[in-house]
Amino acid sequence: MCNQTVGLVQAAIEREGIATVSVSLAERVTRSIKPPRALLVPYRFGYPLGEPDNPGLQRRVISAALALLDRTDVPVIEPFEPVGT
Amino acid sequence: MASYDELVPRYRLFMLTYPYSRFRVRDNPVATLAVGLDQARVALVTTGGLLPRGASAFDRTVNGGDVSFREIGVDADVRELIEDHKSDAFDHAGVAADRNLVFPLDRFRELRDEKRIGSLNDRHLSFMGSIIDPRRLIDETAPAAARVLKADGVDAVFLTPV
Repeated sequence: MCNQTVGLVQAAIEREGIATVSVSLAERVTRSIKPPRALLVPYRFGYPLGEPDNPGLQRRVISAALALLDRTDVPVIEPFEPVGT
Repeated sequence: MASYDELVPRYRLFMLTYPYSRFRVRDNPVATLAVGLDQARVALVTTGGLLPRGASAFDRTVNGGDVSFREIGVDADVRELIEDHKSDAFDHAGVAADRNLVFPLDRFRELRDEKRIGSLNDRHLSFMGSIIDPRRLIDETAPAAARVLKADGVDAVFLTPV
């Protein structure tokens, strides 16, 4: 349900003219809600940035997500490839 | 991504049968980043049910879910944030060990200090997911949250579920 809430809040923020990107743990939900930009991560519920106390991995997830902010070919749902983790 | 197979059967069935399409965003609003990321004012939004010290708890008794949100200051010590998410459909051990797992404020302070982003907003927002009936979220609190961020001059928002 969190992925739905994220998508709906994301749409409201975009409607105010603010660019957004979200992390998604649930592809089916995100494809239904269709937020403009989402990074689909290969982690389980409760672990959107991968691992606790792993700043390097968390930074890679964040960087991959922020890289989508420039995308205008929306909606874009980009898989995160955890290379080097 | 997470797999529904990791959920206990009642949650798996719920997730597979829930009418997500009913709440599909119809007009797909799309904003563009007006400045470079290194100039942008950034805010975080989580649905991890995090509470800053002294904030009122989320109401677990509301039918359909509590659609309210809390503000978390940019200087908050993430270790002091209380995780108040009611759902037992995910493993809470990760966020108990490190709030940055769902609300990476420390990571974004690093990005700010490295000048990879322009600035961090003074406040960031926390919802508690598990909102089964999102109509008030759509009509009231999500737009209210967006107006908060707009009023603050935020350029970009990073959102995380749990």
